[in-house]
Amino acid sequence: MADAASSSRPRLSLRWKQPSVIPGFGITLGFALTYLSLIVLIPLAALLLRPVELGFGGFWAAISAPRVLASLKISFGCALIAAIINAFFGLMVAWVLVRYRFPMKRFVDALVDFPFALPTAVAGIALTGLYAPNGWLGQFLVPLGIKVAFTPLGIIVALTFIGLPFVVRTVQPVLQDLDPEFEDAAASLGATRGQAFLFVVLPSIAPALLTGFALAFARGVGEYGSVIFIAGNMPMVSEVAPLLIVTKLEQYDYAGAAAIAVVMLCASFLILLAVNRLQRRFSRHRERLT
Amino acid sequence: MSNSAVNPVRRNARGEPTWLRVLLIATSLGFIGFMLVLPLVSVFVEALAKGLTPYFAAIIDPDALSAIRLTLFVAAIAVPCNLVFGLCAAWAIAKFDFYGKSVLITLIDLPFSVSPVISGLIYVLLFGAHGWLGPTLDHYGIKIIFTTSGLVLATIFVTFPFIARELIPLMQEQGNEEEEAAISLGASGFQTFLRVTLPNVAWGLLYGVLLCNARAMGEFGAVSVVSGHIRGLTNTMPLHVEILYNEYDFVGAFAVASLLALLALVTLVVKSLLEWKFGDRLAAGIKH
Repeated sequence: MADAASSSRPRLSLRWKQPSVIPGFGITLGFALTYLSLIVLIPLAALLLRPVELGFGGFWAAISAPRVLASLKISFGCALIAAIINAFFGLMVAWVLVRYRFPMKRFVDALVDFPFALPTAVAGIALTGLYAPNGWLGQFLVPLGIKVAFTPLGIIVALTFIGLPFVVRTVQPVLQDLDPEFEDAAASLGATRGQAFLFVVLPSIAPALLTGFALAFARGVGEYGSVIFIAGNMPMVSEVAPLLIVTKLEQYDYAGAAAIAVVMLCASFLILLAVNRLQRRFSRHRERLT
Repeated sequence: MSNSAVNPVRRNARGEPTWLRVLLIATSLGFIGFMLVLPLVSVFVEALAKGLTPYFAAIIDPDALSAIRLTLFVAAIAVPCNLVFGLCAAWAIAKFDFYGKSVLITLIDLPFSVSPVISGLIYVLLFGAHGWLGPTLDHYGIKIIFTTSGLVLATIFVTFPFIARELIPLMQEQGNEEEEAAISLGASGFQTFLRVTLPNVAWGLLYGVLLCNARAMGEFGAVSVVSGHIRGLTNTMPLHVEILYNEYDFVGAFAVASLLALLALVTLVVKSLLEWKFGDRLAAGIKH
């Protein structure tokens, strides 16, 4: 029957593709898979295989060298702090954009995407210029003893800039869809505004907030362009892992560079996987409640 | 407590006290002002710090012009490649049901979770002087790393998901009925695509191309790894900014950077216009 062909949900079937009257499946899927394999999958597989030539001992030696460990610690640590800052301010910005009215709201809303659109190198030199000792902000901060440019603090500033839209753009739609009647109900049952936010709003947006946090974190760990200008790049102090990869490449230590890359890749996949599971847990929990 | 005692709270059920509203709005605007607006303004102020003449001199510098040309050239190849891929992938994924579809969607998103430096690294490991295929290709006189081909490859990788990711949910949302009607009326597959599908996804397509292009022209990390930084040959605009900055030519660096910032602004304006005017014809979800 035509019904079976036009239904969009797959039924339980042993065939791997549902029949359809629409042509072009083979050629489009074939092209997409070939292109995907050539550009993404095969090169990534080559990266994963590269450290094999080091052997397990060599791999371990490559990633446990003090300079490598320090760079990983800096990358992950700074990305974590920046993601926490972004979770806080990103939630606030999303809240303000969804719930309140104020002048130039549309402009501010569009501006949130600016870090997505601005090339990272431009962000890097602009932030460095601002926080350098003679910069617009640096000239006030440095006399107070707060050195931002050329310290790990600068890395955090750059990663905060890069990560903000991730949190705002994941939280905003969920907040928009959140029915305020739940808050009304909480209030009518005697909850204060703070309690309503803490026990009604926050649990509903927690999965989105966590996702935004993780996306910002994962992006921060791998960030290069905006960081290298402001970081100062001192080994052991303010050298991020991606920069160390570049340094190793320039010394033709391909396997060493690949080893760091593999560690970073695995870490970011673990982060994203954890988020996926947490999200599923949240949604199942909520289904059970309703 | 009696109901009447609770009632005054109800009046404010959804609203925070005015002082809190003002505080939240002011903090948010302050954060955005310091974190986003100030860097943007500083790019243009620094670029024009010594007046218009050095600004334009930095832009019409031969090395800067060749960087601009190269950036446009790389984007002009990378974006159409990903456009064709995006259309094919979206057609296969949205119009058909097959096993392993969700895995495929995940794999398409993969490049977004890879650090830009690693995106460049994978091609160096394959095609570099000490790479697996490098020596063989070198034997036949084919060079990829430190040439424009390497730049194009790295750019294709980092902008890989943009168009597919915009088109797939959009085409899934629209369903198959119109295409099935066209086919049953005797249209060929390609006619159906051209006359039925394409007009339906045109604005989403434009949106994806816009974001893809912005990233293609602005990419730094991946391109930096494969470029070799040869002035006038393999230097794109972001790389040229880095070189000038490291040579303490701040006006020059910020002048070229201001062009990239302008590109970002134009992208944002067009993107916002598309969202306001055709929001219902774009796929929801977060953009990168």
